[in-house]
Amino acid sequence: MRIDVNAFLGAYPWRKVPGTAPDALLKALDRAEIDEAWVTHLPSLFWRDPTEGNAWLIETARREARLKPVPVIHPGLAQWEQVLADAVNGGAPAVRCDPLYLGLDPAGGEMRVLAAACGAARIPLMLAVRLEDGRQRHPNDTIPELPAAAVRALIRSDADVRLLVTHADRGFVEEVHFGSTPEEAARIWWDICWIWGPPEDHLETLLETVGTGRFVFGTGQPLRLPENSLAKLDLLDVAADRRTAIESTNVKKGLLA
Amino acid sequence: MLVDVHAHFYHDRAPRADWRERNTSRLRAGEVIGITVHVASILGSWGRTSPIYFPSPADVTAGNDALLALQHAHPDRIRGYVCVNPNYTAHARAEIARCLKAGMIGIKLAASRRADDPLLDPVCALAREHRVPVLQHVWQHRRRDWPGQEASDAVELGTLARRHPEVSFILAHIGGGGDWLHSLHAIRDVPNVYVDLSGSGVDGGMLEACVESAGVSRLLWGCDLTMDTGWAKLRYLETLLNKDELALVRWQNAARIFPPGAFPAD
Repeated sequence: MRIDVNAFLGAYPWRKVPGTAPDALLKALDRAEIDEAWVTHLPSLFWRDPTEGNAWLIETARREARLKPVPVIHPGLAQWEQVLADAVNGGAPAVRCDPLYLGLDPAGGEMRVLAAACGAARIPLMLAVRLEDGRQRHPNDTIPELPAAAVRALIRSDADVRLLVTHADRGFVEEVHFGSTPEEAARIWWDICWIWGPPEDHLETLLETVGTGRFVFGTGQPLRLPENSLAKLDLLDVAADRRTAIESTNVKKGLLA
Repeated sequence: MLVDVHAHFYHDRAPRADWRERNTSRLRAGEVIGITVHVASILGSWGRTSPIYFPSPADVTAGNDALLALQHAHPDRIRGYVCVNPNYTAHARAEIARCLKAGMIGIKLAASRRADDPLLDPVCALAREHRVPVLQHVWQHRRRDWPGQEASDAVELGTLARRHPEVSFILAHIGGGGDWLHSLHAIRDVPNVYVDLSGSGVDGGMLEACVESAGVSRLLWGCDLTMDTGWAKLRYLETLLNKDELALVRWQNAARIFPPGAFPAD
């Protein structure tokens, strides 16, 4: 089984991206032999109230069993606790909050309260380091990338919170992992979409130094080709059980345990 | 057959202690992907004794020598671009003559001088004379100068290509960062500019835009620093193109612009 924890539905505001509709994403899942995708409503990441996209997302996912909704939470808006409760009660595998897209301090009070609430509710909190390569972004897209210091601060802020961090590169992963206690690091999972394969072999290195258990399969599709994450795995010389761990077991027995 | 038109190797005068592992990793990954030939360059000392993008003449020569040695060690799967710094015209011309005679099949221009600068004309004249392509490092839509390089963008490469219509130019790493759509617009009507698909970028929609702007007959497959992204784009192209179109991108376009006999099945 292969689970993509990092997928999107809906249009991207900064450039034309094909394949953003649900049926197109399903075709891409077939193409890449992905059984299940955790999806976020992409346009609403840029809205003042990003939770306004959640209803459509949940309704869309309800019609297609392979799609699992990851609702967005804005801890600076009133009633955010209800949004979190709805996500938990609705069976969402995770919730997400990209603080810099919302104008929030990424390690500030609102994020810490959200982290604690996610910890108490036993639902992972998902954050993206970036959505696009900083060199190619639209000139008006000036949203900063998530700093590694914020991830360290959030994991330290609550003993129960579990973080799923996407679009991180090797340096980011290492800075957070080795800047955390083993107990803290064990509550962070990283998707592989932004980690380089050969000849630099960043993913191979991280699997040895950080450990296979910390990594999960994610693609960033349709902003990125899902084939990339598959190619990374196909270029790894790892035992089948370690590959399976990345593709699904780490999600089912770790992140969601 | 599959030709990677944008590869790099390292050597013992580079600053990296792991240079052997990286070279080995590239060749091993190439075997998995099915790469027949890596067309590679070495940019001087990779920053050890002169800047990567402004290599000294001595470092240019040493890097080219290292690549020739690799080509001789792996005659079945490594071919070379001769790297030159056009600020040193006489040295650049001599290196091109020397390295092409020794078996290299193209010229690599990094970012030592803007692509539309007249100093590149003598280099292009030799490319025409020897019928070899020029791989030009490109920043996709350069909005400002970046430290460490005098990067060119596609508009400047297009200017150079129009001055030398008989030379084939390769626009480097369309997925290598920057606004690739800007580049594709800029070279749409410049028929002697080919688009190298390498780079770490695997943006949804990028390959469709490449096909639409340049057409399949001007696309060249490559990896550059990230082979997983190269393989990803190849896999996606297999769903986007028919068999004949795919063969153009995999190797036939390369075989057309590199010297006859450059590749095994050519």
